[in-house]
Amino acid sequence: MNTTWSRFNIVSLVIGFAFLYLPIVLLVVFSFNESRLVTVWAGFSTKWYVSLFNNKSFIDAAWVTIRVGLISATFATILGTLGALALTRYTRFRGRMLFSAMIYAPLVMPEVITGLSLLLLFVAIGFDRGIWTVTLAHITFTMCFVAVVVQSRLVTFDRSLEEAAMDLGATPVTTFFKVTLPVIMPAVVSGWMLAFTLSLDDLVISSFTSGPGATTLPMRIYSQVRLGVTPEINAACTILIAIVAVGVVIASIANKRREVQKARDEQAAARH
Amino acid sequence: MKSLGSFRRKFAPWNDPEAKPYISFENVTKKFGDFTAVDDLSLTIYNREFFALLGASGCGKSTLLRMLAGFEEPTSGRILLDGQDMRGIPPYKRPVNMMFQSYALFPHMTVEGNIAFGLKQDGMPANEIAARVAEMLKLVKLEQFAKRKPHQLSGGQRQRVALARCVAKRPKVLLLDEPLGALDKKLREETQFELMDLQMKLGLTFVVVTHDQEEAMTMADRIAVMDKGKVKQVATPAEVYEAPNSKFVADFIGNVNMFEGTVSTVVPGKVDIDVPADKITIRTDATRDCAAGQSVGFAIRPEKIRLSRKEPANTAVNAAHGELYDIAYFGDMTVFHVRLESGRIIKAASLNAVRTVEDPLGYDDMVWVNFDTDAGILLTA
Repeated sequence: MNTTWSRFNIVSLVIGFAFLYLPIVLLVVFSFNESRLVTVWAGFSTKWYVSLFNNKSFIDAAWVTIRVGLISATFATILGTLGALALTRYTRFRGRMLFSAMIYAPLVMPEVITGLSLLLLFVAIGFDRGIWTVTLAHITFTMCFVAVVVQSRLVTFDRSLEEAAMDLGATPVTTFFKVTLPVIMPAVVSGWMLAFTLSLDDLVISSFTSGPGATTLPMRIYSQVRLGVTPEINAACTILIAIVAVGVVIASIANKRREVQKARDEQAAARH
Repeated sequence: MKSLGSFRRKFAPWNDPEAKPYISFENVTKKFGDFTAVDDLSLTIYNREFFALLGASGCGKSTLLRMLAGFEEPTSGRILLDGQDMRGIPPYKRPVNMMFQSYALFPHMTVEGNIAFGLKQDGMPANEIAARVAEMLKLVKLEQFAKRKPHQLSGGQRQRVALARCVAKRPKVLLLDEPLGALDKKLREETQFELMDLQMKLGLTFVVVTHDQEEAMTMADRIAVMDKGKVKQVATPAEVYEAPNSKFVADFIGNVNMFEGTVSTVVPGKVDIDVPADKITIRTDATRDCAAGQSVGFAIRPEKIRLSRKEPANTAVNAAHGELYDIAYFGDMTVFHVRLESGRIIKAASLNAVRTVEDPLGYDDMVWVNFDTDAGILLTA
């Protein structure tokens, strides 16, 4: 493999990364700005973080977001996993292709349409809009992402593991909890994290389905921005970025470590 | 070990009309859509027998095993195990355990955890489980690997964990699906004998599915040769090899020279077969009833054919002249391909019992092939 760096490679790398990260870097830098003006640098300060934590409406919105995220991700994971199991296991029922396509469709459905149709449904059945309608809406649109992630793992799942468990006397229920679930757990956890992240930063569907007292953080930020960008928002966004970055870094380090360990074990085993 | 050997020699419940079958398949048929995997098959297996289902892939042998384990239900017919009809009994309630071709070890459990899994399902007390697991680990010589996960083991070790896991529950019958398929040749040969020892020690009934005839011949008390969902022959390895009941079985097991001809004369005890295609007349012992004019097959194993440069005394029957066309030297034996004048290739094998031979047979030598009247098998099916 060619490992030398040509000038062309370096330039394209710099441009690519600048394109991706320059806006974010700018946002982070200006969150530490002394000045109220977002575009003028006036020295380092953490005062916007302090004022952010004193801003009750932001803290309330953050709590709403986290609650919605935790609840919806959990239910979406349960439903999505069950859906993925049904679609990979019962391969011979009529209309399976249709169901498969239908579980993927919400992935590409414009959010406006999902949000609007959910709103119409809640109005039609007279469901008062609030934190629960947002949660339900988030379950609806994130569960198909979970289903896709879990399904891709189940396709390579060795069915003889389940047969072996049943052969050894485990009932189907025990087999699921003692064998199937532990084996597909990494996929289920990634599905949950994906659902949580999607719920965390959703604006469109939340706006359609929330009601009074159920403002999520993205909605709060968006409405604030319409009145003018304040460094407080920069601070809020920086915190969100930090949380996501830490999560991603930890997950990838853990993953890498596991892989390295596994490769080492397998090499050691082959020597016996 | 001597006592086991003598037991083995006398062990032949299938010849005893009083013996009660342990497993019986009665007119079992299994269809997957339009495809008939097992076709109206009946078979009996006896207690403590080492039974092999042998056949090419797709012959229905695995389906038969899976029906016994309870993963598939027969479309029609029934399966009895120790007198009990197995219909409708789910796999987790059957007194049989299966060793999977892929081993199917639980990747998230240690070796101990894998072996203990089945025992836990039975609600066995923890101290008994620990004792049984220790016993099993000792049996398969994996004591120091108890805390390892499956991916930290070599192929041979995984195979032994899989074996320990399915014998831990002391099932009535142990089902083995291509148990040695994933091992390399040397390890496979060792493991064959380990499996036979284990079966004798535990006194279990083993049903093994394999496509490897050598494996089946080595291990099994009896072999069922299967083709297209049907059993072609059930017999001991020696019978299957020396007295196949059909052209299919003769051809499937080992190497064989097959002739197709018509019966010309039948004298008491002997049958003459004309093989016009190869310009040879075969005289063989009349092991089956046949009449003059009937078309029959004749099978003869390469090691039962003699080769010589000298013309045999009687060249009228069981003899042909040809040139040495190919020589395959295997070390312990050599297989010669002789091309007859008709163009037909005859395989003849000879054991290399002497290290050096003066003037050995070489390529293009003209040789005579001949054989005795009891060397081959007359086949009418």
